[in-house]
Amino acid sequence: MTDRDREMLDGRRGPACQLAMSIVVRMADVYGAAELMDISQAHIDSTIYLGDATLEFAERLASLGARVAVPTSLNVSGVDECGWKEWAVSPEWAAKAARQMLAYERMGAVPTWTCAPYQTHMRPSFGQQIAWGESNAIAFANGVIGARTERYPDLLDICCAITARVPAVGLHLTEERAGQMLIRLTGVPAALQQDDQFFAVLGHLVGKLAEDRVPVIDGVAVSPPEDQLKAFAAAAASSGRVAMFHMIGVTPEAASVEQAFQRRSPEETIDVTVADLRAARRELTTADGRELDMVILGSPHFSLAEFRALAPLVAGRQAHPRVAFLVTSSRLMKEQADEAGVLAPVAAFGARITLDTCILASPMLPPEIKTLMTNSAKYAYYAPSLLNARVTFGSLRDCVESAVAGRVVRDESLWQSA
Amino acid sequence: MAERVIAGRAIVAGDADGEALVTDESLSFWGGYDFKTGEIIDRHHPLNGVNAAGRILAVPFSKGSSTTTAVLLEAVRAGTAPAAILTTGVDSFFALASIVADVMYSKSFPVVALSANDFASLRTGAHLLVERDGRILLSDGEAR
Repeated sequence: MTDRDREMLDGRRGPACQLAMSIVVRMADVYGAAELMDISQAHIDSTIYLGDATLEFAERLASLGARVAVPTSLNVSGVDECGWKEWAVSPEWAAKAARQMLAYERMGAVPTWTCAPYQTHMRPSFGQQIAWGESNAIAFANGVIGARTERYPDLLDICCAITARVPAVGLHLTEERAGQMLIRLTGVPAALQQDDQFFAVLGHLVGKLAEDRVPVIDGVAVSPPEDQLKAFAAAAASSGRVAMFHMIGVTPEAASVEQAFQRRSPEETIDVTVADLRAARRELTTADGRELDMVILGSPHFSLAEFRALAPLVAGRQAHPRVAFLVTSSRLMKEQADEAGVLAPVAAFGARITLDTCILASPMLPPEIKTLMTNSAKYAYYAPSLLNARVTFGSLRDCVESAVAGRVVRDESLWQSA
Repeated sequence: MAERVIAGRAIVAGDADGEALVTDESLSFWGGYDFKTGEIIDRHHPLNGVNAAGRILAVPFSKGSSTTTAVLLEAVRAGTAPAAILTTGVDSFFALASIVADVMYSKSFPVVALSANDFASLRTGAHLLVERDGRILLSDGEAR
């Protein structure tokens, strides 16, 4: 510990630093860390309002005068601050969730309110040491950007931001980032890999196969767009605990299998076939009929590129009056989509946009919405448990066609013939 | 009644006394645990529908959401948390939740890491006594 660390711990830098540092130090002991190290950025998942405990924690820190010591972005909150009245959110929930938002803003964090901070101006750089919460963002930061974050939980992320210190362990360290198990795509045609469901499905499967190990994925024959990697990371961090992955040719630290494993041998090698992927895709659908109450897009938050892809699919068309069409995104992405001229056709289609939060983090859906369709494996994974909803998973085009038809329509040709 | 002692490693030290609830599948508490009731609600999990409040939950590790810790903190505040959590490795999420519950509410729960073999020997329904040093006294059969 440095002199500054000790000053924080004994209260000479104020009570908020003392509280935060006491938690960081106790966690260093849990991790078995020999020392603390600096971070230069943080992303706070503790913003999600659940109930009195999350609010009390945030307000306790804020009332003690907590200030973040590094540039800090904020994850989704429990409420769409401007749009919640259009939904089933109770005024009491909205008020408390807004108080929790205010508490983190008072600490000096940037009100990004998004689970895709890597698609904002606060995207970290390769090799940067950061403390990020939000499972999808952690996996993306490590596996796509090559920034270095441990798998930080809510309540610890903010303590790291306040102290700018973390236990020097895990994915912060080069040797701990090595791959541990190998997943080989065998006989998976490029045409299937180009389908916009592919990486979400692969992520769902990888999360389950990896268990608590760092997976290395070999055999990707395409150059996946960033939003496909986002879908992969979110899926793998939902079905599993993936915080770091190596996709050969994609992850900056994985130009080759040998590099990904840092010249060590895999503990296990698993071959993944089209049949395995088909089965994983089937698991993401928990609805059995063609009934459809809502199409939901945007977990992680919809990006500008995704708005650009959606716009031509919906231009000049109308969603069926019986089907709600909702996109969850951030204020920044909505503004950029508007400027790019791709928001207007989406709105004209009948889509609604929710900002700052999502259907899982905010109790916004009315009870009559029971059947959902989505292209997000994360929504598909959590909605049955959190919302008691039945979900159909499909491509972006399937989602649009279903919304127009008023019932689930899926083009299965590619997945059946592959 | 058969009795034995398992030597665990106390990650967060504490005492607990309760009935074991054992699973070999990892769990995300966000989307997996209703802190208002203590019920496991993950539709993909074998313990879906089982109430874990006050029981000694043996789960290999946490998976999924970072918000697992916040759900556990809410559960401690609401009195619906497991009495202790036993894992296979050092699980930082469960430990953090217990540490923050101690800071905020002076109520923590023990988190103990077991060897893979000891973990595999646990059975739901056994009566467990968790001690501060990480030792677990186990009596098989009916919980007292």
